[in-house]
Amino acid sequence: MQIQPILAALRRHRLATLLIAMEIALACAVLCNACFMIANRIAMMHIDSGVDETSLATVQLTGYEDSHAVDLNARVLAGLRSIPGMQSVTVLNSIPFGARRGTAGITLDAAAQHFGGVVEFYVGGPGSLQALGVHVIAGRGPQADDFRAFTGLMPSDASVQITHSLAEHLWPGVDPLGKDFWLDKMHYRVVGVIDHLVRPDPPGWPDNSKDWSIFVPAQPGKLLAGSYLLRADPRDVPRVLRDARAMIAKVAPDAVFDQEGSQTLSDLRATCFRQDRAMAGILVGVIVALLLVTALGIVGLASFWVQQRRRQIGIRRAIGATRGDILRYFQTENFLIVSFGIALGMVLAFALNVMLMKFYELPRLPLYYLPIGALVLWALGQIAVLGPALRAAAVPPVVATRSV
Amino acid sequence: MFGYYLDMALHSLRRNRMLTALMVLAIALGIGASMTTLTVLHVLSGDPLPGTSQTLFYPQLEPRDMDGYQPTDEPPDQLTWIDGMNLLHARRADRQALMTGGTVPVQPVQSSVDPFYSDARYTTADFFPMFKAPMLYGRAWSASDDDSKARVAVISSKLNDKLFSGKDSTGQMLQLGDDAVRIVGVLDRWRPNPHFYDINISGSYGPTEDVFLPLSTARDLKLTNNGMMNCWGGHNDHLEIAPCTWLQFWVQLDSPAKVAAYREYLTHYSQEQKALGRFQRPVNIRLLDLMGWLDYQKVVPSDVRLQTWLAFGFLLVCLVNTVGLMLAKFMRRAGELGVRRALGASKRALFAQLLVESGVIGLSGGICGLLLAFVGLWLVRQRPSSYAGLAQLDMSMLLTTFLLAIGASLIAGLLPAWRACQITPALQLKSN
Repeated sequence: MQIQPILAALRRHRLATLLIAMEIALACAVLCNACFMIANRIAMMHIDSGVDETSLATVQLTGYEDSHAVDLNARVLAGLRSIPGMQSVTVLNSIPFGARRGTAGITLDAAAQHFGGVVEFYVGGPGSLQALGVHVIAGRGPQADDFRAFTGLMPSDASVQITHSLAEHLWPGVDPLGKDFWLDKMHYRVVGVIDHLVRPDPPGWPDNSKDWSIFVPAQPGKLLAGSYLLRADPRDVPRVLRDARAMIAKVAPDAVFDQEGSQTLSDLRATCFRQDRAMAGILVGVIVALLLVTALGIVGLASFWVQQRRRQIGIRRAIGATRGDILRYFQTENFLIVSFGIALGMVLAFALNVMLMKFYELPRLPLYYLPIGALVLWALGQIAVLGPALRAAAVPPVVATRSV
Repeated sequence: MFGYYLDMALHSLRRNRMLTALMVLAIALGIGASMTTLTVLHVLSGDPLPGTSQTLFYPQLEPRDMDGYQPTDEPPDQLTWIDGMNLLHARRADRQALMTGGTVPVQPVQSSVDPFYSDARYTTADFFPMFKAPMLYGRAWSASDDDSKARVAVISSKLNDKLFSGKDSTGQMLQLGDDAVRIVGVLDRWRPNPHFYDINISGSYGPTEDVFLPLSTARDLKLTNNGMMNCWGGHNDHLEIAPCTWLQFWVQLDSPAKVAAYREYLTHYSQEQKALGRFQRPVNIRLLDLMGWLDYQKVVPSDVRLQTWLAFGFLLVCLVNTVGLMLAKFMRRAGELGVRRALGASKRALFAQLLVESGVIGLSGGICGLLLAFVGLWLVRQRPSSYAGLAQLDMSMLLTTFLLAIGASLIAGLLPAWRACQITPALQLKSN
């Protein structure tokens, strides 16, 4: 196929060529960035929580008197543990993807001069860390005498487990075991490292700090009550949660069962990310509509050109060009225009990405999105032009002999 | 002349239905998408109290200690109890209300309804007249009720429907846990959007609270507080003296002179507190009006802004597409245009005729786009966000739709129309 005559013909239709190329360029820019945003949202939705979500559920109670908290804990724990199929019931203040009760800023020295970051304190009773199913990768898990009774908001001195990513942030490259940190006057010492334990509200945090959690062992009491972690076989979880609700009505009529907060962790996760799922859906919609409009534009202009060049096509056919030649002519022409648009579009895609990075804290667009976007647009162009090109190929040679 | 052009335009559009449909579809898709997102943006960035908002102001003070001080720090978003009470009792504004959010356990008298939790607002008497909250039954409580920690409450019509099946419940008792308060008023339907007076609660577009209690009463009954609280310099269990900001304070100032005077008063107050040693940082006050405050707090979700940008990007692609198609359409009629030129029509007349044709396409695209926007808004309303229910098209957006559609199509028509007017009549006549 000779490109020279095609280019010569396009030079005669500079405006129309430029318009299609521009449309492709805009589509390329939006396509690459929208796909990237979808990928980001999906990655966020699939964040590793570090816990056995499918085996877990939570019961949240409110409305009881603080002075009854200890008694309530005893009644609820005994009641829930008697439910058939229940593997464990433990007390835990914050729940991954659920209730958030321990967000606070920590410092690396007692004088509060060196700020460490805002982290999530999971304050849990005996057995709660095992129930979560997190993996201790260094040091040790909590021991029986680590769980101490406390007054105030949190235990004021404890041996704690922290996540690997938090350890790396606080003490990069250093063994975190035995290190100390403070929350106001409260002092904590790291005795164990866990691989992952997500914050209760990961969508609201930057990527590198979604996993900054600390497990503080404590005895359930006045300020550690009303929030329970239920563990059962994944198949039993929904049933166990239903039974738990009936059981609460029986053993703790003085408390209010928080419908919204008491769910399986899988459901809590879905609720937590529904906004992101909706946004990803909208982006997919935009991409589909965009590709459709672009394709229709190509069909429209290509049809116009075919009609305009009927005579020329007829003449070419009369002097020996095959149907295949004509078909390939239009396909090559489309390929050239689209390629021109893609070249322009890559620059636009990067410009758009820089803007989005500035306003929406989006990471830099990885380079491999560009060739993928290019392939999609090339394919789109070829499919769109096929119809008009086939019509062009069907023009009979006899047209050359007729005047229009 | 316009009528004739319109006739010609309709005739020409009918002649090539396929191309016309493509152009209308492109405009409709672009308009539909942009109008959907623009309406959501318009609703979310709307004025919660039209007509009143410009007289409402949100004072901010800087009560923190020097720990981590940066000269560029903005003052905290809320007030401490001490400052709140001082400003409230100074009564320097036309009206003022101090408030915080909370939850209260409601125990219905009927045994058929389980006890439940309601969102509550603990505030002071001026809240209702200042925010023009409409009363269905009874009245708001008075400033003396605030002072005497009276056991009174105002409830929403929703709660009134639930507990008293919509009947006038003033004088009835409302059981909150172990305590009872007397209902003095029932609010009519009232839902300012955004939930401007406390945007930290239930998303910025959450519903209005169901129970309103005097702040002093709520503190006296030790009811649960909700919302943001920021503390510095040591922990203290007693919120009344703790160095914590947790209260919202609104004032009504009816004239610019009063605004200036109040600003002066805030500066003076800060200086005084600094002299007393309570405030340590340099005096740093703000007095934003309602819309300025919402803007400063960035209440409109960034996802919504992003969607709006996306939709306009999409509209741009649709327009470029339409320009291309119009170019094809106008150029195809080169012969006809040549004849008109030869018969004496000026370039200007041809140009006007072609623009009328673009306008007709824009109008049809606008109508179809409007239908698409209704579908789009319906989809938005099905989404699980706190503002979903608010996405409704109003008169001004309806008008904007058509202006946008016709304006966009006219702009799209400019280039092809200009190009089509450049043809030389002689050449066109000869080739035919």
